[in-house]
Amino acid sequence: MTETPPIVEFRRVSKSFGDSRAVDRVSFSVRRGEFFSLLGPSGCGKTTTLRLLAGFETPDPDGGEVRIDGEVVNVRRPYERRIGMVFQSYALFPHLSVERNIAFGLEEHRVPRTEIPGRVERALGLVRLAPATFARRRPHQLSGGQRQRVALARALVLDPAILLLDEPLGALDLQLRKEMQLELKTLNRELGMTFVYVTHDQEEALAMSDRIAVMSAARVAQVGTPADIYENPRTEFVAGFIGEANLFDGQAGKRGSGEATPWTVTAADGARFGVPDHPGIQEGAGVRIAVRPEWLDLFEPGAVPAGENALPGTVRDIVYLGETMHVVVTMSDGRLVRVALRNEGQLLNPLRWRRGDTVVVAWRPEDCQVLDPE
Amino acid sequence: MTRRLSPLLVALVGGIFLVLHLPVLVLVLYSFNSSRFAASWSGFTLHWYARLLERPDILRALRLSLTVATLSTLVATLLGTLLALGLSRRPFRGRRLIEGGLYLPIVTPEIVAGISLLILFVALRVPLGVGTVIVAHVAFTTPFVAVVVLARLRGMDRSLEEAALALGADEVTAFRRITLPLLAPGILAGALLAFTLSLDDFVITFFVAGPGSTTLPVLVYSMVRRGVEPTINAVSAVLVVLTTGTIALASRLGGTRGA
Repeated sequence: MTETPPIVEFRRVSKSFGDSRAVDRVSFSVRRGEFFSLLGPSGCGKTTTLRLLAGFETPDPDGGEVRIDGEVVNVRRPYERRIGMVFQSYALFPHLSVERNIAFGLEEHRVPRTEIPGRVERALGLVRLAPATFARRRPHQLSGGQRQRVALARALVLDPAILLLDEPLGALDLQLRKEMQLELKTLNRELGMTFVYVTHDQEEALAMSDRIAVMSAARVAQVGTPADIYENPRTEFVAGFIGEANLFDGQAGKRGSGEATPWTVTAADGARFGVPDHPGIQEGAGVRIAVRPEWLDLFEPGAVPAGENALPGTVRDIVYLGETMHVVVTMSDGRLVRVALRNEGQLLNPLRWRRGDTVVVAWRPEDCQVLDPE
Repeated sequence: MTRRLSPLLVALVGGIFLVLHLPVLVLVLYSFNSSRFAASWSGFTLHWYARLLERPDILRALRLSLTVATLSTLVATLLGTLLALGLSRRPFRGRRLIEGGLYLPIVTPEIVAGISLLILFVALRVPLGVGTVIVAHVAFTTPFVAVVVLARLRGMDRSLEEAALALGADEVTAFRRITLPLLAPGILAGALLAFTLSLDDFVITFFVAGPGSTTLPVLVYSMVRRGVEPTINAVSAVLVVLTTGTIALASRLGGTRGA
């Protein structure tokens, strides 16, 4: 081998509980030092995937390979894996003080007694808890945010190769969550430690991750950077789960000449729009595309700039969201489309559209995201 | 905020407590009665307690009761705890059946349990004696321990053990350093419950006890048959104090909810 193997690699890993498959032929790899997220709705298998990596679950007998540092670890016990884990419930030992919680792993790793207090103190410093105040407290004397920090310190003190985090911020309020997101990201960068992070919160995943594996129904739907996932979702599920997506269906016509958007797609109601090239498109076959609300624009009929895709509709609702205004448009086929327009101040510079207006929804052909059939 | 209780409720609860505890109270009171006869009160004395110390049969029965209770409690606590641990892990075929079976000895009438154990020992040609008494006590106290420990286990976060594994502890160490200390109050409460149940059991013991294995409750029963004398009150008072003391200790340690 010429290059170092990825620090984590899943090769077609499956895990069943009774008759149901919690994880189904999942493959992905995580690079050293990366902040990698497993994102998906509850029950999609993301936590089981993390538990397979931690060693709390073992793959099915013919269920592929879990590799750490290139080595198959399928049946390795958790304590043989050099991982750290932060649990959703924090799982602080209630009968031990904060410092004894953090020292637990050091003791189990036979760290000399004289070194332990110093390392505990440094770990508390990493998560910005004052040792003098917190070291002797019991977990039940801490707030949710403080428990979270102790759980993090307890995992970090061992300097694991990989830190696994299972929805660690789920129980915190929004303000604290945002703060911890930044701190986790900073720790990941400064310690150079690989983070594998499970969340169902798409915003959180986009904000923190280097790369994201989107999971749905026990499978990985797409792996990519936040920009890949958001701007080039491969399936309808990914497009809909991360951000909002407007879907348009039609049938591909003949492939045009070598321009940027060679395909013309005809919708059921006869409307046509241009679509960029994509390996999944075949002449005469159905095509489904997604367009983000903020990539759509609204025009009066006849005022659409040349070269843009345009479909007619009627304004059904206008939703005030603060940063943006969402205009919900009923298309000629009855489908609803959301158009996000920048809020330029409704008091001074109100939106020109009113309910019932006849409008044209338009977007640039290259902003179409062609989806794979699911 | 305290609410005024309705007088009817107070009267009802008071009545129930009176019916429950008055007989015991009277018994303890009369164990200090200097008169030989229960009918009249003629002054305070510790004479009957002193008499206890002069009765080798009573002392022997007391010692035997404590020995049986201690030994059967040790075994029942071990078995009951292991049973609870086994039942709290992942589901396996027949787990519900075993769990249901756990409650069977608790609800079975003692006399049925006593007779069936007697038949079993006779069928196996096991000579009745201290051994059979201990085995019988283990049999009927183990489910109580298991139920108490199980309740404690159910309230415990399983990820605590996993956290220990992730921190480098192997399964045995994780159990010793995390699970066991957290389970300890439940185990202790279960043990104390088993101890009291064993100490004051009469029915089952009566059936499976052989010659030379007369426990205190069995002795009291045989003494009563020969006529009530105040020494019996004293013996009974000792039993009451032993059991209520243990129960009080058990409930202080917590984990007895539902038991």
